[in-house]
Amino acid sequence: MAVPLLEVDDLTVRFRTDAGWMTAVDRVSLAVGEGEALGIVGESGSGKSVTALSILRLHAAATTRMPTGKILYGGKDLLTLPTREMRQIRGGEIAMIFQDPMSSLNPVLTIADQIGESLRLHQGVDHVTARKRAIELLDLVRIPDAARRVDEYPHRLSGGMRQRVMIAIAIACRPKLLIADEPTTALDVTIQAQILDLLRDLQRELGMSVILITHDMGVIAEFARRVMVMYAGRVVETAPVGQMFRRPVHPYTEGLLTAIPKLDVDVRRLPTIAGSIPDPTVVIPGCRYSPRCPQVQESCRRDSPALLPAGPEREARCPPRVAAMAKETVA
Amino acid sequence: MAEATILASGEAIAARRRFRVLRKLLHHRSFMAGFIIVAVMVIAALCAPLTGVDPNQMRVRLRFRPPSEVNWFGTDQFGRDLFTRTLYGAQLSLWIGLAVAVLSGVVGAAIGVLSAQFRRLDSLLMRIMDALMAAPAILLAIGLGAALGPQTHSVIIALAVAYIPRTARIVRASALVTRELEFIEAARVSGASSMRIMFKHLLPNASGPLLVQSTFVFAFAILAEAALSFIGIGPPPPAPSWGNIIAEGRQFAVQSWWIMLFPGFAISLAALGMNLLGDGLRDVLDPRLKVES
Repeated sequence: MAVPLLEVDDLTVRFRTDAGWMTAVDRVSLAVGEGEALGIVGESGSGKSVTALSILRLHAAATTRMPTGKILYGGKDLLTLPTREMRQIRGGEIAMIFQDPMSSLNPVLTIADQIGESLRLHQGVDHVTARKRAIELLDLVRIPDAARRVDEYPHRLSGGMRQRVMIAIAIACRPKLLIADEPTTALDVTIQAQILDLLRDLQRELGMSVILITHDMGVIAEFARRVMVMYAGRVVETAPVGQMFRRPVHPYTEGLLTAIPKLDVDVRRLPTIAGSIPDPTVVIPGCRYSPRCPQVQESCRRDSPALLPAGPEREARCPPRVAAMAKETVA
Repeated sequence: MAEATILASGEAIAARRRFRVLRKLLHHRSFMAGFIIVAVMVIAALCAPLTGVDPNQMRVRLRFRPPSEVNWFGTDQFGRDLFTRTLYGAQLSLWIGLAVAVLSGVVGAAIGVLSAQFRRLDSLLMRIMDALMAAPAILLAIGLGAALGPQTHSVIIALAVAYIPRTARIVRASALVTRELEFIEAARVSGASSMRIMFKHLLPNASGPLLVQSTFVFAFAILAEAALSFIGIGPPPPAPSWGNIIAEGRQFAVQSWWIMLFPGFAISLAALGMNLLGDGLRDVLDPRLKVES
């Protein structure tokens, strides 16, 4: 990867809660190359959505301390960009789709109006052109009978259709990066597959980079080239997707992978990770995963581990496992 | 068909959409009922000069005449023809009702949307609204009307100010619910500014309650104008507003019931007509409530 399209460097986001300040995202760094598909995996509350929203600077201003770190896009730091320029980036250069397509569309505007909004904002096209483009976009996201559908209101469309409309809105201005925050979670399984296919085809056709946020390992395996695993606000492992599935380094990744039900093995109880995700307002000394880790050592509870290189394009935040891997390679 | 749709010009698309709304309105029963009532009253008000009778001309010998072929609604204590006075009264009362409804609707909606969008402004604006609401609307209007002097436009301003806080509260409540929905975030992701979010997304989603509230304000304003006229704040007599006629007829309510009956009936009818109209408009304009015809 030469110069990445988007580079997030040491991003930290803190929220104010009744219990005091909590760190939702703790020094996260990531890079997305042009045309690349990056997956971010983690449980609810691991900070993956907050990371995505901070890229577009859409965190709630009243309860969030200004994020620290750098978000570099096209040579500019998005965290310090003036609001007016930031609005040009949103929707124009970086677009985003959300989890719940049922509430992501304005119920009182037609599909044409909503797709057209982004076009009119960023490209200044007139009403007629916007409508024509809206029909083309609906065709592109494979909505049948687009010329008729375009004048309908969202309540006439099913969940899968609405998510297609959301994708049409997102790609309307040909963004260079699409952030998809759990785009298939609210859909049923057959529709999920269709939406993922659509996203993959669009990514290839339009040459977009995509950041896909999910907690579904199956979705990641199908879609992403590189995976980043987050736990309690920190990156615990990054790896090319195939390598991660074959040989996870961090015990947490391993836990996630063994929790996937397998078709060919008959088990009475699915394996789970013991315990639950920690309360974000409580500071855990040492490795944050140590209270749940089956291979915990004395040093894990004491020293905060660093993200260490674990092979080409791989990093993991687990010194004992990384050291063990290194020994194997030497031997 | 599809080709033609794509190639249709912008005006044609807009016209077709307008036409579709119009056709829906024509098929909506309560809207049509309300529309006919209001239209008849407006036409009657505009045609008032056609009666050829001066509404303020007194004929002492014709005092307290009950309704007859000559005086359809009877005459009052000065022998003035009540039919003519009620028609002229419609001009004044409908104008006041409409002006108050529109003024308080526009200002109230703006305040409501602003305080929902800008949370810092919210506490300031809402405290002002609370202060205004602390006094009963009619007392506030009396105070303001007295300060501004007995004129038609001071009645309009006084009543509009009195009803703004309620409208603002209603719009704010609706906008606060809407702004938490994901499509607002989606709009921000598309690069929409705060202004655009307020007026393109928050306000249209509050239009249902706003319309209904405005039709209520219209009806209340006509009644309140009557009350203000009664205590001498408002269009000064002998100007015939429905409120004035009722106020003057009150002392003779027992022997000359017709003085109060007809303008009173007109007020109820106007309020009913506006409410039906507002309900119908909301049904047709809000796509969520739309029933396929």
